[in-house]
Amino acid sequence: MYRKRNRSRRDVLKATAGMAAVATAGTLMPWQVGRAASLTVGFIYVGPKDDYGYNQAHAEGAAALRSIEGVTLVEEENVSETVDVQKSMESMINFDGVTLLFPTSFGYFDPHILALAPGYPDLRFQHCGGLWTAGQHPTNVGSYFGYIGMGQYLNGIVAGHATTSGKIGFVAAKPIPQVLLNVNSFLLGARSVDSSITCQVIFTGEWSMPVKEAEATNALIDQGADVVTCHVDGPKVVMETAAGRGAWLCGYHANQAPLAPAQYLTGAEWNWAKVYQDMVAATLAGGTIDNFVRGGLAEGFIKMSPLGPAVSETARNHFEVARAEIMQGGFAVIRGPLKDNRGNVVAADGQSFAETDVALERMDYLVEGVIGSTS
Amino acid sequence: MTAAAVPGTPDAAFDRSLAAARRHGEAVIVPLGALVAGLLAFALFLGIVGRSPAEFYGLVYQAAYGSTFAWENTLARTAPLLLAALCTALPARLGMIMIGGEGAIVLGGVAAGIFAMLYPALPGVLGIGGMVAVAALAGGTWIGTIGFLRHLRGVNETIASLLMAYVAIALMNHLVEGPFRDAASLNKPSTAPLSDGFRIGTIPGLDVHWGLAIGIAACVLCWVLLERTTWGFAARIVGGNVRAAQVQGLPVGRLMVGFSVLGGACAGIAGMIEVAAVHGAANASLAAGYGYTGILIAFLARHHMLAILPVATLLAGFEAASGLVQRRMDLPDATVLVLQGMVFVALLAGEALHGRLAWFRAPGRQ
Amino acid sequence: MMPAEPDLGLWGVPLAILGGAIRVSTPFLFVSLGECLTERAGRVNLGLEGTLVLGAMTGYGAACESGSPWLGVGAAALAGALFGALHGILCRLPRVNDIATGIALMLLGIGLAFFLGKPFIQPVAPDLPAIPFGWWSESPRVRAALNVNVLFLMGCGLAVALAWMFRATRVGLTIRVVGDSSDAARAMGARLHTVRLLATAAGGALAGVGGAYLSLYYPGSWNEGIASGQGLMAVALVIFARWHPLRCLGAALLFGGAGALGPALQAVGLTQGYHLFYAAPYVLTLGLLVATSSPARALAGAPGELSISR
Repeated sequence: MYRKRNRSRRDVLKATAGMAAVATAGTLMPWQVGRAASLTVGFIYVGPKDDYGYNQAHAEGAAALRSIEGVTLVEEENVSETVDVQKSMESMINFDGVTLLFPTSFGYFDPHILALAPGYPDLRFQHCGGLWTAGQHPTNVGSYFGYIGMGQYLNGIVAGHATTSGKIGFVAAKPIPQVLLNVNSFLLGARSVDSSITCQVIFTGEWSMPVKEAEATNALIDQGADVVTCHVDGPKVVMETAAGRGAWLCGYHANQAPLAPAQYLTGAEWNWAKVYQDMVAATLAGGTIDNFVRGGLAEGFIKMSPLGPAVSETARNHFEVARAEIMQGGFAVIRGPLKDNRGNVVAADGQSFAETDVALERMDYLVEGVIGSTS
Repeated sequence: MTAAAVPGTPDAAFDRSLAAARRHGEAVIVPLGALVAGLLAFALFLGIVGRSPAEFYGLVYQAAYGSTFAWENTLARTAPLLLAALCTALPARLGMIMIGGEGAIVLGGVAAGIFAMLYPALPGVLGIGGMVAVAALAGGTWIGTIGFLRHLRGVNETIASLLMAYVAIALMNHLVEGPFRDAASLNKPSTAPLSDGFRIGTIPGLDVHWGLAIGIAACVLCWVLLERTTWGFAARIVGGNVRAAQVQGLPVGRLMVGFSVLGGACAGIAGMIEVAAVHGAANASLAAGYGYTGILIAFLARHHMLAILPVATLLAGFEAASGLVQRRMDLPDATVLVLQGMVFVALLAGEALHGRLAWFRAPGRQ
Repeated sequence: MMPAEPDLGLWGVPLAILGGAIRVSTPFLFVSLGECLTERAGRVNLGLEGTLVLGAMTGYGAACESGSPWLGVGAAALAGALFGALHGILCRLPRVNDIATGIALMLLGIGLAFFLGKPFIQPVAPDLPAIPFGWWSESPRVRAALNVNVLFLMGCGLAVALAWMFRATRVGLTIRVVGDSSDAARAMGARLHTVRLLATAAGGALAGVGGAYLSLYYPGSWNEGIASGQGLMAVALVIFARWHPLRCLGAALLFGGAGALGPALQAVGLTQGYHLFYAAPYVLTLGLLVATSSPARALAGAPGELSISR
């Protein structure tokens, strides 16, 4: 006690400042001993973490990092794609000592991550879905995504076997490449069963708008669709509404089987846990992450929900054969001869776009058989 | 009362200035007291849900006002709110309650984005000046139409502005996804990226864009307009009593439409600044809710143009702190909404105290 | 799973609008009836959007915990009544503006609902029951469109009851007098503040029930995007319903039906400019608002004490 009282004011200030610095840099991690490898990782979500969809898939992936020793996870949800996200990233950097960031919404990339990254050359910004281009974008930015369209193709196969009306439905948020690829893949999967099947798409215009999603689902079923899938941030409402109307369901983003176990056929799910664990392990080991990372079923970036009880034996076999083929890599859903629904050729006879083809990430058409328009 | 001062003596002069100070003080001290009451109510709420209010307010201070970065965070969020608040505050001075500033913001942003897309080669000031002009025109026309309908047909401006905001957002989505979509914008439908000459940079020495300075200037100019010009004087009469204004022969209709246009133009410019300083193109991110926060600020500032500045800084500070509170205390992001709601309710309830506290009344007139 | 049936084609659109009108209109109906009651007593509650969201959360949470959707509806009504009463008490204070208070309570209601509703986003609550009025039809679409929720029917009944109350009962007369002229109400011996407080609380309760419909029936789950301005829109509907409960019903149905237009048109292949179709209900309401407003200062049918019509 005596010594403490005798400390000069400057010492006290120094000590407090030091404590503050340590606190902000994260000594909140008691297991961090000496110079053992440690890493603070920051995740930013555009919506709530528990939306049964896009954000939940990422949050579950992030949660899987908690098991890795030396990793501290900080998260922020409902961050809009404005100056907010730039400041949220900087706040994580300044107050929490985050050195690896995962801003997960597509809209965070340009301009927000691109504006911030050059000022923090020692930090790493990992973005989901963006098209990182060498020479054009900062080298401490990376983009990663999965070939989820393959999952929608497999969804389509099961849907093609399940439909009796020959019409399947898709509730979509916006006519953008990622969504269009999913819609096209879903129909082409179904057409690999029966080439007369059509797919009706309804755009809600928003990533999360429950009443519109429910109305869109009802409208699809009113027009005769008997299998429904979707690409919106939270598929819960679409699944529950379609189940209530007696339609079959194909899931998206995460496993929605618990919402309607009897009618859920299968679903295309993200498997971010593996992706994030790999990236964090590489960083902890002192390695680097590639700037442009993509993967599909074979690489474990995506997975399929277990097939539901209503899936027929024929459908099951067809599904397994197609999945095995996709697992070998280089599978092409878009292959010629193929026209879009306005009659333009999108793939000539003999031409094909493998899952790895970056051209697919610029898709601006709906294939023949999809009822809907891209604008 | 005991030392009844004789007029003309130094004592009387002192008493008069003291009385004036007390009257002015009331306008500051009562809202401040209400603010503290609101913060205390929220502390109680946190206590009930089992969280430490001290830790919460400590984090808010640290994240919003505790360092240079914290101030930059707060001020960057303040910038769009100033102009957005004017869109509600200006018409409110004439007794019109506009809650559709969001619509003028998105349309101003889209108009600016389209202008930059159509005339990418305009040199220097012409580019930015042109964007300001089209954004002000778009926003001004939108809100001005509402003022016009109110004057011409007695259409309720609160409801009409709300409806028009929904229509504006749909129109914005249609334009950026349809006719003015840049093919390269891929998964985030946008107009073409602005060329460098159209961008607005940051204020030197501060990591905040020039929109903040424009917002402050706009608030000051609007204050001058209202308090120091005959137009403003006429507007305040209309706001006080429309019939009296009509009897005096004031151009009530022109004033209503004029102030609506001005408010809408401010919101339109806010959208243009978002495009030119933050997004670099017009897209759906423009509908970020600044218009709705602006309503809140205008009401909290009691539609006083200069009071908008501190109120906006306060609310932006709460929002700047939201992230750190989420991360450190594991509280949901809606925590800040509850805090804002409680502070707002307390400030409104505080209005009831105006003119009721004996201390603020001039001595001698009790 | 479904019997094959001839394609309804374009005939699907009116059917979808009918079905949509019934499904989507209920929250508008309850909130607008609540606002109608409140405004007839001379007060505006712009905060019913917040009450709606709070009701949706409370209803869903209570239904999850208790297993009974009707207890959920009751809890939502109670939460709404408390919020309405808070509005009433605040507005009673001198110099307190009811529009501003409404905006403040909207913010607080939404904030509390999001804050307290986090644990209820994932669980599945039991749904409210519906009555199959389409039993006579072979077509599953007709049957689905005519699957009418009990709350909608209660809302219709309530509209009739309120209309009758305003026209023929002493309570209704008192509310109307209080809303039209404070002086007349005092002369009549009505307890001005009590009547307004009760009307505001009852209006809040109805808005809470509207919220419970959203989370417990259609779309039938609790999340932060569940309400998209229905509470605010309902306030607009009251104005062009001219403060008449039966016209509130008509306005709610019209608005709900117009909301179903967007998806229905896309379903028959009209997809270009879909954002503009989605704006149809707002344009329609605005058009009606402009058409029915009168250049004279006081709106026909408006309660005289109302701040937004003065």
